[in-house]
Amino acid sequence: MEDTAPAEVTQGLEREGAGRRPVVEIRNLSLTFSTRDGPVHALKDIDLEIEAGDFVSLIGPSGCGKTTLLRTIADLEQPTGGSILVNGVSPQEARLARAYGYIFQAAALYPWRTIERNVTLPLEIMGLPAAERAERARRYLDLVNLAGFERKYPWQLSGGMQQRASIARALSFDPALLLMDEPFGALDEIVRDHLNEQLLGLWNKTEKTVVFVTHSIPEAVFLSSRIVVMSPRPGRIIDVISCDFPRDRTLDIRETPAFLEIAHRVREGLRAGHSYDD
Amino acid sequence: MTTEALSAPARKPAFLTRLVEGRAVPVLMVSLAILILWYLGAVYMNADLQIDQFERQKVEWTTADLVRGTLSQERPLLPAPHQILAEMWKTIFEVRPTSKRSLIYHSSVTLSSTLLGFAIGSLLGILLAVGIVEARTLDKSLLPWIISSQTIPILAIAPMIIVVLGSIGLKGLVPKSIISTYLCFFPVAIGMVKGLRSPDLLQMDLMRTYSATRWQLFRMLRWPSAVPFLFASLKIAIAISLVGAIVGELPTGAQAGLGARLLAGSYYGQTIQIWSALITASILAACLVALVGLVERIVLRAMGMRE
Repeated sequence: MEDTAPAEVTQGLEREGAGRRPVVEIRNLSLTFSTRDGPVHALKDIDLEIEAGDFVSLIGPSGCGKTTLLRTIADLEQPTGGSILVNGVSPQEARLARAYGYIFQAAALYPWRTIERNVTLPLEIMGLPAAERAERARRYLDLVNLAGFERKYPWQLSGGMQQRASIARALSFDPALLLMDEPFGALDEIVRDHLNEQLLGLWNKTEKTVVFVTHSIPEAVFLSSRIVVMSPRPGRIIDVISCDFPRDRTLDIRETPAFLEIAHRVREGLRAGHSYDD
Repeated sequence: MTTEALSAPARKPAFLTRLVEGRAVPVLMVSLAILILWYLGAVYMNADLQIDQFERQKVEWTTADLVRGTLSQERPLLPAPHQILAEMWKTIFEVRPTSKRSLIYHSSVTLSSTLLGFAIGSLLGILLAVGIVEARTLDKSLLPWIISSQTIPILAIAPMIIVVLGSIGLKGLVPKSIISTYLCFFPVAIGMVKGLRSPDLLQMDLMRTYSATRWQLFRMLRWPSAVPFLFASLKIAIAISLVGAIVGELPTGAQAGLGARLLAGSYYGQTIQIWSALITASILAACLVALVGLVERIVLRAMGMRE
């Protein structure tokens, strides 16, 4: 595994030309958890490349390993086979270089910190001066429409507002890569639609690379530039679907035949992966 | 009063509502019941002694005489509450606070070793907990010792501590505080281990994605998460620290402190003195716990915790 990685780096460079290389390169990745009841094959033979500026959704039924894949990119899980490169280096080096912002299923705000100090938490860890921290908190809370809530504590905010604060926190140190693990899964559909639109606007404006885990087909089709359909355990990639709507798409596209066609293809992919079996 | 309040709900004043619905009434009822039982017990337990006395004096006595007598003996088996209150009034308010007969003097002696022991014990408990959480080897090696330390009866080990420390020249405040320390490091250590380990997986993962150092993880996540646990432990610790200080005053034949007061009282059969020292000690404990509770509320509010 260690030996093959540099070879692939050069391959990647040759193919992509000078400097332009995938943000995430996954080759033949597998991950097996050893549990008391024997090994659990969470991921098997995953091959995936994510280009800069992509919005890639990982979709699949619960327990298909899509979150595990995201966590492996983030160096929160260790693969048991294959290779993975983030910005051309190992996930650990990428994590140490603070290459990505991770947004969890729950907001995971620290209850003893105000919203502002939650947003500046990564900045404090990275040692930015106080004035800069305050300026960035203001900028990113404004971006997620939370201006005026700086002094509030997390419990004083609704679930959707808390999740927006956690997005501001991930954006605060301006990572080029955003890893989002079902960030809107716990929210009601109205709030979710609204946040989806905001997220899309943000992606369009900042040109960040986003990897987005979801189990909602409309959400995946609406947000993504590419959709990766995964099967249940062992998690494998069934289909990768391009989604060529303009970057400044609005919620209205969900009524268009093109949208429904892609949604249909995603559903077919899930069915082929036996996601609907009992 | 209760029926009055219930019969006119429309005009019920706010303070009455609070009284009836709050804790005041139940607490008052229980206190009243205890007071009645206490008086009945005092009459019953002191009756034999009183009858003896009447017979030796060869006087005629009625039930009223008996009851009056049992509640005003000089050395009753069980003193009546008003006798204890009178003794406390006398020894707290009617003597100089520096006098050896003043309960304020004795309380302050006990209080100083309580607070010293509490400070050292809490610090020790916190340090042990940090060690246990941060170092795997300490977790395996230290925790069994900490738990077994508390299975030794403090009454058995206290005299030994006093004697050993006395032989190396440590007398007075320090040995007593060490017994308090011995008792109160334990709940703090156990509570803090639990508190420092209380952050959930998500909160820990978040710190990992920022590549936080161990010190940052401790300072920004583990420590603030542990603060509510710390205060719960400190409330127990300060109460048993007082117990430790009193126990530490017993075996030395100490000249001062609530423990010395208890011991002197039992030497001379001064039951009223014993009981007033006891009640004073429990009031002191209640005040100390309330003080920690107050600090807790202030700190948690400053940390933005929901009440």
